[in-house]
Amino acid sequence: MSPALASVAAPVPAEHHARLTGVTRVFGARKGTGVHALGPVDLDLNRGEFFSVVGPSGCGKSTLLDVLAGLSSPTAGTAEFEGKPINGVPAGVGVVFQEDASFPWLSVEDNVAFGLRRSGVDAAEVARRVDYAIGFMGLKDFSKAYPAQLSGGMRQRVCIARTLVMQPRLILLDEPFGALDQQTRLLMGDELLRLWRETGATVLLITHALDEAAMLSDRVGVMSARPGLFIDVLETGWPRDRDSRIVSHPRFGELTAHLWDKLRAESLKHLRGS
Amino acid sequence: MRHILGPLLVILAGFLGWEVLHFVVANSSLPSPFETIVQMGVLLRDPDFWKQASQTGYAFGIAVVLSTLGGIALGILLGMGRLAGQVAEPILVNLYSLPKVTLYPVVLLIFGLGISARIAFGIMHGLIPLTLFTMNAILQLKPVYRRSAAVMGLTSWQTAFTVILPAILPQVITGARLGVSLCLLGVLIGEMFAARNGLGYMVTHAMERGDMPTVLAVAVMIAAVALAANGLLLALDRSRQP
Ligand SMILES: Nc1ncnc2c1ncn2[C@@H]1O[C@H](COP(=O)(O)OP(=O)(O)O)[C@@H](O)[C@H]1O
Ligand SMILES: [Mg+2]
Repeated sequence: MSPALASVAAPVPAEHHARLTGVTRVFGARKGTGVHALGPVDLDLNRGEFFSVVGPSGCGKSTLLDVLAGLSSPTAGTAEFEGKPINGVPAGVGVVFQEDASFPWLSVEDNVAFGLRRSGVDAAEVARRVDYAIGFMGLKDFSKAYPAQLSGGMRQRVCIARTLVMQPRLILLDEPFGALDQQTRLLMGDELLRLWRETGATVLLITHALDEAAMLSDRVGVMSARPGLFIDVLETGWPRDRDSRIVSHPRFGELTAHLWDKLRAESLKHLRGS
Repeated sequence: MRHILGPLLVILAGFLGWEVLHFVVANSSLPSPFETIVQMGVLLRDPDFWKQASQTGYAFGIAVVLSTLGGIALGILLGMGRLAGQVAEPILVNLYSLPKVTLYPVVLLIFGLGISARIAFGIMHGLIPLTLFTMNAILQLKPVYRRSAAVMGLTSWQTAFTVILPAILPQVITGARLGVSLCLLGVLIGEMFAARNGLGYMVTHAMERGDMPTVLAVAVMIAAVALAANGLLLALDRSRQP
């Protein structure tokens, strides 16, 4: 495990790293005609596991992530991180969003250092961690470039590096590779696995790509059409030091087929409903 | 280099068109560029010209500062209060398209004949575009910027100054370019219609005397200042970009 990116030990050891209990989210509930977006959902994330969530679009995946990130509070139910209720963005949680969140007015280097510089960490430590994260994400040659000069995949790397330097113990990713082409997505998946192994962090990945979920995860949660519920949680049984080459393993096909089996009916509901 | 070329081409085209006009207009009441430049030289050595210019510069400066600060502040307020922004936008657009000259007598009634009326009139021209540009910049701000700031643990102040402000800056500068030009317009119109000093007055007065070289010399110098201000803001905008 590399010292520069290793997550700091949790202040409160907890059996479950993050836990959702009966979490429900209704938008515009007060106006009577609310949108029931999510739940009730129960979810236990084990420390250090790689958990993926798949589900038809609009089923409440981003809503689930927002609750875990402390960006929105559940209408009902409780959310906990490291044994404490989530109330506002918890320290130790990092988020990579689907949209390009790199700041166009900052160079790659300054983008990566952005959050860290404002968190009271001393300059030498900032430089050390930024340097490491930039190297780790393969951005060394672009550290002085601006996001406008980079491809979508490179920009998403910048956002991942920006999250990494904060040394999060739980990393939430909301369809981070959704806008990338298939080959780039496979390679980014490998990077994500490498990152997960090196940091020892818990990872929650939201994706619409079943193959991505089957290849990367320890467990995959399958959600129903809105309001999203977990209709299945699948254990993949992959070894920890896996990479994208497992796509040729027969079990990869079985896992993907199983996921599609579960999701087909739900996706049809979404298609007919919209 | 390109941003110097733009204004330069405008000036060149102006002079060419002017030269052509000078020859076409038979009675030649329109002075040639050469006569105008000679008159410019005369004016630049005339202390009275500098007195008038400083009057205009003073009113223009105050109008620019107040409408810039006010426009940005108002734009941020309206942009933050989403509903207020949606209500305000059509009102502002309508106010903006109103011929403001028709309101000048009202301004005079309120502020009297002094310099404050001209400042107010300049602000009336410059404030609204900057407000609109700033407001729209905030309304169109990518939500993911604010969400990123939140997950990186930034305080509201840090978010405002290190995320929102740089994100809206390009549009604010565009609004300021428009606002500055319009401020100058407002101040000059104010001086033309009701004043005993300032460059606008100087132009009207020269016109009454039939002193066309002075009219054109002042007009050209004002145009040069306006183009320079615009070029400066444009350069500022470009310098921030990679
Ligand atoms: N702020 C909001 N107000 C009202 N409805 C919302 C809001 N955010 C999301 N929704 C609705 O909640 C549902 C779930 O959204 P989301 O979590 O973004 O789905 P997913 O990420 O799975 O595509 C969708 O039907 C969406 O339209
Ligand atoms: Mg989503």
